[in-house]
Amino acid sequence: MKTILSFVLAVFLLSSCQNSPNATNKAGESSKKVSLTAAGATFPMPYYNLVFKNYTTETDVLVTYGGIGSGGGIRSLKDKVVDFGATDAYLSDEKLAEMPADVVHIPTCLGAVVIAYNLPGVEELKLSNELLEKIFMGEISNWNNAALKSNNPDVKFPNKEITFVHRSDGSGTTYIFSDYMTKISTKWAEIVGTGKSLKWPVGMGAKGNPGVAGTISQTEGSIGYIGSEFAFAQRIQTAKVQNSSGAYIVPSIESISAAAQGDIPDDTRIELTNSSDPASYPISGFTWIILYKEQAYDGRSEAQALGTVTFLDWLISEEAQGDASKVNYAPLPPLAVEKAKAILKSVTFNGKALLK
Amino acid sequence: MNSDKITKLVLFLVSILILMLTAGMVFSLVGGAIPAFKAFGLQFIYSGEWDPSRGRENYGALPFIVGTLLTSFAALIISFPLSFSTSLFLGEYYKGTRVARILGLLVDLLAGIPSIVYGLWGFYVLRPFLIDLGFGGQGFGIFTASLILAIMIIPYATSLSNEIISMVPNDLKEAAYSLGATRLEVITNVVVPNARSGIVAGYILAFGRALGETMAVTMLIGNTNIVPTGFFQTGNTMASVIANQFGEADGLKLSSLIAIALLLFVITGIVNALGKMIIKKFS
Repeated sequence: MKTILSFVLAVFLLSSCQNSPNATNKAGESSKKVSLTAAGATFPMPYYNLVFKNYTTETDVLVTYGGIGSGGGIRSLKDKVVDFGATDAYLSDEKLAEMPADVVHIPTCLGAVVIAYNLPGVEELKLSNELLEKIFMGEISNWNNAALKSNNPDVKFPNKEITFVHRSDGSGTTYIFSDYMTKISTKWAEIVGTGKSLKWPVGMGAKGNPGVAGTISQTEGSIGYIGSEFAFAQRIQTAKVQNSSGAYIVPSIESISAAAQGDIPDDTRIELTNSSDPASYPISGFTWIILYKEQAYDGRSEAQALGTVTFLDWLISEEAQGDASKVNYAPLPPLAVEKAKAILKSVTFNGKALLK
Repeated sequence: MNSDKITKLVLFLVSILILMLTAGMVFSLVGGAIPAFKAFGLQFIYSGEWDPSRGRENYGALPFIVGTLLTSFAALIISFPLSFSTSLFLGEYYKGTRVARILGLLVDLLAGIPSIVYGLWGFYVLRPFLIDLGFGGQGFGIFTASLILAIMIIPYATSLSNEIISMVPNDLKEAAYSLGATRLEVITNVVVPNARSGIVAGYILAFGRALGETMAVTMLIGNTNIVPTGFFQTGNTMASVIANQFGEADGLKLSSLIAIALLLFVITGIVNALGKMIIKKFS
């Protein structure tokens, strides 16, 4: 019996040894009054990492974010394991109905999808809607194609096969890209459509923005699409894309901002692709944070609920938005901030509004 | 209670725990795969269609089953001459010498390299090299993936065959020499027939390893979800499609990925059981 006891004791000691660093960690965390957990889209992660950290150092609220993908963010909110989720594609009416309670969308910043290519010596590439359709549907398979030449008369194209590199993983980047393609090409809309992952007519896949960017940079004659935040940070060569006014636009913080200058619906659920603003880069989009409209669920405290909306209110404030361009995102336009504020004010705890 | 009994009890409990873990894994895989098999039936296994588009979702595992088996078999064939010669060198020609010890150590070291490192090397070194040699377009595809897999499984095949070859009784070899056999004749007529099933088992285990490899393959195979039509075409494997797609998957797609995991589990299980059976026959 004694041996059993000592064995049990030994196991207990061993396990407590292992746990002790964690325990102190937890004590350190709980000295912060409120601790918020969030998870979701990887696309806005550099921005979230920056501002969430700032907020944690400035206030006594600890915000932790897990970049597990938009789908994961929605799933986590549905399972009520996070205070709020994040997604690059807004929830459709159908998806909203599947959620256990009313969910609201708060836009947090703007990003875009750029067309990157690897053609040594080609500094500028202009792509019309028609060319985009033909290249990504596989109808143009060589760079010395006549249509490409006539659209870019100053460029000397090599006789080289076009390799289209797309994402092999499901992604909000793919969603925005395919949403744009669906808007500009009926053929694309019919055969491929819009989604986070697609049945690709041509090309090869690589994992994540770094995978696509790495493959393009290593493969002469390749073309693909990449999240703007990544492309800007890595200074990747990008093509000018024709917008709905017919102008060829270089993707930049300014031209991405321009895409959101138009009207925005009250629930902020809008795709900004193919914007009618003449200065806009056409493959742009919001990224959202999603949370429950009624914050009193699963025994959450009012402090926790208030902490959540206060933080989100700060996230759309000028202070946080000013940091967006530092990590290559476009800040929200005033109208979007106004609408987001109205939505936050509608968030309640036991029926009472949390923000005044 | 004496210490012997306690040890026995602890060991028993731990083994039961492992058994339950495995059973739990099978249970959750089967549970997760049910919606996919319900929706597509057995057609899931032989349908080459993988269409995640909303409204016309249709999933079949054939592209990935073909990709997995094709890359793994090709890797086995490519690695055979290399690993078999190495194990003969280590277990017969230079048995017990310093050269063999160092070489054996280096081969074992290959097994310790993380697969992402193989992937990076394949991406930045092997692939450009293949393009320079003029192998298929951009260097991505079944062939490149098989090549990297072949290198990765060499230590698994070599270690076991080497051990079995060195275990062939000296009496037998000496008897053959006394009859005037040359070294090559001894190898082909005495060593290999004696070690045959052990060697085969080594290759089956190596094959099992190739089946489940994910990272290095995903970086080189091109990740296209269609049944590959040629050796230099891009494709995808079961492990690689799961790693790529599960993050954003839900509903039927998630279930289909879990069903692929179940199929991979079954295939790997069969291969390993086959290996065990052959080893048993040998001993």
